[in-house]
Formats: sequence, C-alpha cells, structure tokens
Amino acid sequence: MSASAPPFLSTKRAPIRVSGPRVIRNPVWVRWLFMTLALLFVGCFLVLPLAAVFTEALRKGFGPFFAAFTDPDMLSALRLTLLTAAIAVPANLVFGVAAAWCIAKFDFRGKSLLITLIDLPFAVSPVISGLIYVLVFGLQGWLGPYLGAGDHPWFGEWLNAQDIRIIFAVPGIVLATIFVTFPFVARELIPLMQAQGNDEEYAALTLGATGWQTFWRVTVPNIRWGLFYGVILCNARAMGEFGAVSVVSGHIRGVTNTMPLHIEILYNEYNFVAAFAVSSLLALLALVTLLLKTLVEWRAQKGLT
Amino acid sequence: MKFKSLLFTAVALALAAGAHAKSIELLNVSYDPTRELYVDFNKAFAAHWKAKTGDNVVVKQSHGGSGKQARGVIDGLPADVVTLALAADVDALAAVARLIPPDWQKRLPDNSAPYTSTIVFLVRKGNPKGIKDWDDLVKLGVAVITPNPKTSGGARWNYLAAWEYAKRKLGSDDAAKEFIAKLFKNVPVLDSGARGSTTTFVQRGIGDVSISWENEAFLAIKEFGADKFEIVVPSISILAEPTVSVVDKVVRKKGTAEVAKAYLDYLYTDEGQEIAARNYYRPRNQAIAAKYTANFAQLKLFTIDEAFGGWAKAQKTHFADGGTFDQIYAK
Repeated sequence: MSASAPPFLSTKRAPIRVSGPRVIRNPVWVRWLFMTLALLFVGCFLVLPLAAVFTEALRKGFGPFFAAFTDPDMLSALRLTLLTAAIAVPANLVFGVAAAWCIAKFDFRGKSLLITLIDLPFAVSPVISGLIYVLVFGLQGWLGPYLGAGDHPWFGEWLNAQDIRIIFAVPGIVLATIFVTFPFVARELIPLMQAQGNDEEYAALTLGATGWQTFWRVTVPNIRWGLFYGVILCNARAMGEFGAVSVVSGHIRGVTNTMPLHIEILYNEYNFVAAFAVSSLLALLALVTLLLKTLVEWRAQKGLT
Repeated sequence: MKFKSLLFTAVALALAAGAHAKSIELLNVSYDPTRELYVDFNKAFAAHWKAKTGDNVVVKQSHGGSGKQARGVIDGLPADVVTLALAADVDALAAVARLIPPDWQKRLPDNSAPYTSTIVFLVRKGNPKGIKDWDDLVKLGVAVITPNPKTSGGARWNYLAAWEYAKRKLGSDDAAKEFIAKLFKNVPVLDSGARGSTTTFVQRGIGDVSISWENEAFLAIKEFGADKFEIVVPSISILAEPTVSVVDKVVRKKGTAEVAKAYLDYLYTDEGQEIAARNYYRPRNQAIAAKYTANFAQLKLFTIDEAFGGWAKAQKTHFADGGTFDQIYAK
C-alpha cells in the first residue's frame, strides 16, 4: 500500500491485490464455491433479517405503520436518541482528532498505553460499560451518595437543591454512549495520520504558518474524508447502542428510553407492528449510513487519483 | 392607553398562570406484567386527582424484572412509588438502601398487597402434552418456560409454588429440591422477566408449557386468541401478593409524599379494585371479586407465610447466593 493511501481504502484495494497471479491459478470452481458461500452467508444473516424487519413493520399496512410514529413515548425516544447522538458525536470528534493528532505526530512516553486505552471500549462488553457508571454514580456507588443524598457536610444541601442526576437520567445515557463510541473517530484517524507523516506540516511551518494555520489548512484537509467516515460510524453506533444505555437508563417511558430501548418495550407489549416500524426507522438509518460511507469512500478515492 | 391595556393583559395573564393547576409527575417503578394494568389505572387516578385537587398528575412508568427494578431504585432510580412482584424486593429497599422504613408492609391494608394473583400453566391449544398438574412438568420431553428467579419476581412465585406442591406430595424438603432440580432440567430458556418468558412461549413458539402469573396468562390469551392457547389450573398453587410502597426518601426530596400516598390508596378503592379485576388481578374487595368470579378459577391457595415462614426466610433459603436455586442450577 502506498504511504498516502488511507487505511479505510484497504477494502477497496483488496480485490485488486487478490486478483494477482496466485489467485488466477486456482480452479474456477473454487472461486465459484467461495463466492456462493459468501453470498449465501450474506443472504441468510443480513438480507433476510433486514427484509423481515420491513415486512413485519408493514404487515398491517401503512396506517398502523405510521401510527407507530405518532405515539408521544416514541417521539420522546426519538428526541432522546437524536440529543444523545448530537452530544456524543461532537465530543468524540474533538477527542478523536486531538488524540489522533498527538499519537500520530508526536512521540511521548505512554503513547502505546494511550492507544490501548482508546481501544478499551471495543474490548469490553457494552453491559460492563453501563455498569461502571452505575458503580460510580449509583446511589450506592462511589460518587452517588454525594450527588443527591445530602449527607455531605459542606455541599450536601447545595447538591440536594441542584438535584443532579447522572444515571437513570439523560447525562448517564450520554456518558455511556460517549464511552462506547469513543474509539471510532480516533481509530480511523490514527493510521491515516501516521501514514501521511509530518512532512507537509513541516513545510507549512517553515513557510511561516502558525500552529493553528497549519492544523486548519494542512492537517484537516488531509484527513477530512477519514474524519467524515469516523463520524458516520460513530453516529450509527451512538443511535443504535442498546446494552450500555439499557443499564443506565432506568427505562422510564417518555423520559429515559432511547429508540432501541423503546423497540424492546413495544415488542414486550405484544405491539409487534410498532416495534418493527421503529426498528425499520433504525434500519433505514443504517442504510443511509452505508450509502454515505460508500459515497465518502468513492470521493476519497477520486480525490486521491 | 394602549400601553395600559397591554400591561393589564400581561398582569392578568401572569395571574392566570399563577392560579393555573399544578403539574405533578410521579414515577411508578413496577414489575413486568403490570404494564396494561397501570396504563388503565394511571388514567383513572389522574382523573380522580384532577377532580379532587385540580392538579394535573402524570404518572411515568418503568417496567422490568421485579428484582432488577428494585436494584434500580436502590441505585438511584427516583421512584415515588414501587409496585413490585413480591415483598422481598421491597424489603431490599429498606435493608440495602434505607429508602423506606423496615415496617413498610404494615402501612397499607392487606400486607400492602392491594391485589393478588396466583400461578397457573399456559399451554398450547388442545394441551398436546396432557399437562394437568405440577408433576407433569418434570416428565421427560416436556419443555417448561419460566423466567430466572434471580431477576424475576414471578419466577420466584413459580419456584415456591412448585416446591410446596412437591413437599406436600413427596413429604420432605429434600424430595422437593430434587423435584425442582428435575423441573429446571426441562427449562430451555431462562428469561430475565415474566414478560420475556411469555413472548418466548407465545411469540417464538418455544416450550410446551409456560409457568405464568394468572394475569399474564389471561393477557396472552386476550392478545393472541383462545384458539391458540389455554390455561391449565393446577390442583394447588400459591397466593401471590404483589406489594406496593411509597419510597419515603424520594418523595420527601421531591415533595410528592401526599400525591404518592393517594396514588397507592386509590388502588384499594372500588374503582382501583375494578381496574385490577378487569386486568385479571384478583381484587381484595370481596364485592368486586364476586362480580368477576367467573374469571378466576377456584383452587387451593397457600400463602408464603404458611408454607415458607414469610418472604425474608424464603428469599434467604432459596434465592440468595448459595441458596437452593444456586445449588440446583450449578449441578
């Protein structure tokens, strides 16, 4: 791979490489077999469930389908999901760019530790991601007792009056979402920025640009497609997260239910059409994400060649 | 002149806003199968409170496995009232977090259980496996659906009902333990709450029989049709008493003590009891119970106090870490 190619293009490049001489030597039936297997797998595990979501949603026609979106609890879930994404994605955008910039452009002690920590949310189960917040901010947790019980000698009364709620409220949901979507932007940018090296920044600096100018006019334009790609993935996960949010939500209808949690509730209330209607909205979001992703990849490749 | 009339309007508007009805929000943290009951009840209570005081009250709901819900309140879920599946889960609020006084159960009539229920079997139409009583559940080749007793209140009632049946029939606690172990060998899926179990049985088509709350079984038949499922009433079962309490520490802080208490009291009124009966819970009020007598099968019911010496003891022996359920399930 050439030094300037961003890593997310590797999937695009891969077919070009495998069509090299080794593969050509393989018999035709082997290639057909693998292709059929792959298509069958994709069909069974991706296309079929997706089709099922939409057929179930429209089982009783368009009337009940659209009726599902007028329920006030559903609208509140939608608002909460959008709000959560609107906070989590920019937060991780800023953090991701800062972290990737530090890691790719500088050498410092503890760098590999930082990289490992960024990967942590990918490594642990989302349920654990939620539980850590319960353990920290829960009424029986580390900080929880100070947050509302009013037992603290100095701040107790003030805290009581503020009525700060972290878990079982919107802040907890946002925190849990930020945690699980932490790595998306940074992970996308680190290899890209490492591959690009520092040469262009050095050139800018020697020509008299300030640090900010270098960042905005050299670094950002170089990484913008990788950045956009990371944001899309981050957003998709932020809106779809179930496990971590389920632990910290408390499931109060119309207050702390996000869309994925609302789907579970509808399903458990035998309201299958509404459950699948809301699911189809999330599935549509996934499809839009895929479309955007393809568009970004196409643009990025066009920009490079 | 124009300015004066504007000012006048503004003042009038401000006054009107001040005299406007208060809006109160309550949070009722409940267990799984009560979703439909509290939709109806909350509507009735809001109307009642509006007529009585002129204030608007909106009751928000949270549902889940009873044990899980209690854990949530202990961790800070700001419930004004809890309406859980059994007394042991409400006890935890007193014991673990001191959110309510230890004698909470004496504050309301009937052990703070405004409605009762029992445990019955839900089977597929025609009862293909011929299930009639508890001992049919341990037979080879019968798949039994019940939720996890660690997280679900209904599952604990199921467990204790089966235990007491076996103990009475076979004569000892050891034999009962063996009976329960055999029963759980027949369980393919342990959901975390009663509603999860019902959907597993009804919607996903897993299992031959679902051990279920009576109200949950009736609701499944109402939702899916009597041509698909039927209820089998065993020879003996447990009198399940779902208990309710105001969460003192939360209402004190939120200033909702009065309306929260009125909310629970309303469960005991004729209208509250009617709503419970309509949602297939057995009302405490005899007159209303008589009206709905056709809904509820007559069977021999024992209470937890008679058979197990109360919830605290049953919880410790059977469901605490290392209790009989752990011993059985570890095998």
